[in-house]
Amino acid sequence: MNWDLFPQFLATGLLTGGIYSLIALGLVLIYKASRVFNFAQGHLLMLGAFITWWFTENLGWDVWLAFAAAIGLAILAGWLVERVALRPLIGQPILATVMMTLALSQVLQGVTILAFGAYQRSLPYLFPIQPIVLGDIRLKLNLALAFVLAMLGFIIFVLFFRFTRAGLAMRAAAEDHQLAQSVGLSVPRIFGMAWAIASVVATVCGVLLANISGVELTLSLIALKAFPAVLFGGLESIPGAIVGGLTVGILESLVGGLPQDPALRALHLGDIAPYVFMLIVLWFRPDGLFGLKRIERI
Amino acid sequence: MAIRLAGDFDTSYAHDMAILRNRGQWVMLSVFLIGLFALPFVADGKTLGLLNIIGISIIAAHGLNILLGYTGQISLGQAAFMAVGAYTTAVLMKYGVAFWFALPISGVVGGLIGLLFGLPSLRIKGFYLAMATLSAQIIIPWFFRNVRADIFGGTPGLTIVPPRLGEIVFNTQETMYFPIMLTVVVCTLVAKNIARTRLGRALIAIRDNDLAAEVLGIEQFSYKLRAFFISAFYAGLAGSLWAVYARSINPEQFSLLNSVWFLGMVIVGGMGSALGPLLGASFIRILEESTVQLAPALSKLFPQAAAGMLAALGPLVFGIVLALFLIFEPRGLAHRWELLKAAWRLRPFAH
Repeated sequence: MNWDLFPQFLATGLLTGGIYSLIALGLVLIYKASRVFNFAQGHLLMLGAFITWWFTENLGWDVWLAFAAAIGLAILAGWLVERVALRPLIGQPILATVMMTLALSQVLQGVTILAFGAYQRSLPYLFPIQPIVLGDIRLKLNLALAFVLAMLGFIIFVLFFRFTRAGLAMRAAAEDHQLAQSVGLSVPRIFGMAWAIASVVATVCGVLLANISGVELTLSLIALKAFPAVLFGGLESIPGAIVGGLTVGILESLVGGLPQDPALRALHLGDIAPYVFMLIVLWFRPDGLFGLKRIERI
Repeated sequence: MAIRLAGDFDTSYAHDMAILRNRGQWVMLSVFLIGLFALPFVADGKTLGLLNIIGISIIAAHGLNILLGYTGQISLGQAAFMAVGAYTTAVLMKYGVAFWFALPISGVVGGLIGLLFGLPSLRIKGFYLAMATLSAQIIIPWFFRNVRADIFGGTPGLTIVPPRLGEIVFNTQETMYFPIMLTVVVCTLVAKNIARTRLGRALIAIRDNDLAAEVLGIEQFSYKLRAFFISAFYAGLAGSLWAVYARSINPEQFSLLNSVWFLGMVIVGGMGSALGPLLGASFIRILEESTVQLAPALSKLFPQAAAGMLAALGPLVFGIVLALFLIFEPRGLAHRWELLKAAWRLRPFAH
C-alpha cells in the first residue's frame, strides 16, 4: 500500500468527484421533477463537449464564447428531448421511460458521430494548465478549477431552488404532481424546464471533462460513474448528489491508486470499485443516504 | 383475446391445452420447420450468416423476455451473461471438452452467475434492479479483461477451435446453421411452454402485482431468482453458440450497448409473448444489416459525414425505431400480429 501517497489520491479523487457530483445533479434534477432516470445524461454531456469544440474549431470562437453558445443550444436540446420523447410517455410504466432514455442515448450517439465524426478532438484550455503544489500534493490546476466551477454550479442551483419562483415551482412539482397542478402550476412545463437545466448541467460537465481528457465519444461512459453516486446519495436528494459524487470519486481514486503490488494494480480495481460499491448500497440501503423511503400498499 | 376458429371444438382436455389445435397448424409448422432446415442447401453464405446472428440473438432475447416480459424485472446485463457462457465454452474447449457438452454447461454457469446478480431482487425492484444488473454488465467484462489473463486471454480474448461431430467440422455458415437453429427451436418451445406452467403463471402474477402475488402464496424471491436463472441460462447458451460461431471472443463484444440492443429487441418484438423475441430479434438484426448495406450509398450523398456513417447509422436507426415503438406500439410486433390474425379470422366483418 502506498500510504504516503494517500493525501495525493484523496485530493485527486475529491476533485474528480466534484465533476461526478455535477453529473449526478443533472440526474437528480430530472428524477426529482419527473421520476425519469436519464440514462442519456452521458450522451448529452458528450454532445455538449462536441458542440463547444465545433464552435471553436469551425467558427474560430473564443472557448468561453463557444461554451456559452453550447449552453444556449443545450437549453433547446433539453427542452426538445422532453417535448418529443418523454412527454408522450407520461403515465407509462417505469420501463418505458428507462427504455426511452436508452433509445435517446443511441440517437444522440448516432447524431454526434454523423455531425462531428468519431475522432478524438481537443478543446482549447479554459484554464491555464500548470500543476499547483500544496505540501506533498500536486494537483492539476485545470482539474482544481473545474472542481471550483462544479461547486459554484451547485451553489447556484441550491440558491435557484431556494429563492426563485421557478425553483419553488419545480420543488412543488417534485413533491406531488397533482397538488402542483391544482395550485395552477403547469407540470409539463416544469418537466421541460428540468430537462433544459439538466442538459445545461451536462454541457458544463462535458466541457469541464473535455478540458481534462479531450473531446471524444468515450466521454459518454463517464456518466456511468455518476449512477453509483446518485444511488448512494439518494435519488431525490441534491445534497446527496454532492456527497455521492465525492464519495465515488475518492473511492475510485484510492482503490485504483493505493495498492502497490503490481499484480493487484494490473487488475484496474478502480474501474469497478464504484459498481461494487453500488451493489453494496443496493443491498443494504437501496434508498441511499438521503433518499425517500417508499412504502408500498396494495 | 385470441379468437378461435369456427368449428374447432375442444373434445378433450389435451385438445384444450394443445398449442397446435388443428391439422392446418400442424401442416404449417411442419412446412416451416422443413423449410428452416432445408434453407442451407439453397441459400448463400451471406443470408445464412445473417440468419445465424438472428438465431443467436433470438435465444438471448427469449431469456430476457422471460425476465422482462413475464416477470417484469429490468435487466441491463444480458450481454454480460452471454459473455459468461461464451468464456465458459472457450475455456472448456481449450481443456478438451467437446462443444456438445460445453453448450449446456455454459448455460448452467451463465444461469448461476445470473442468480448471483439477481440476489438483490430480494429487496429492490424496477429501476433499482436495473442498476444492480448494470453493475453486472460492468463487473463481468472487467473480470474477463483483467483477471487471470493466462486463462481468459485478457483484452485480446480467446480463440476457439471449431467443434466437430465425427467427420463434420462446424466451421462454415452452413454447418453452424444447424446447431444454432436446433437450439433456437428447442429454446422457443421451452419458452412458449414456460408461460403455460405454474412457474410462468407465478412470474406473470409477480409482474402484475408483486405484493398481491406474495399474499396469494407465491414466494416472490424464489420465483424471481428462477426467472433470473432461466434468463441467464438462455444468455449462456447464446454466448456459447456465439463463441463457436465467431471463433474469437473478447470482452468488447459483450458491452452495455449489446444489452441495450437485446432490451430493444424484446420491446420491439413484444414483451410477454413467445413470438415477440422471434419477431424482435429478426426485425432489429435485419434493420442493422440494411443500415450496413445503405451506409456506402448515403456516404456518397453526404460526403462530409462519410467517415462515421457506418458507425452512426446503426445506433441512430435503432434508437429512433425503439423510440417510435415505445410511443406508438409499446406492445410490439407480436401484438400487431395478433390483431392481424384476429382480423383475418373475422373477415369480412369488422368485429
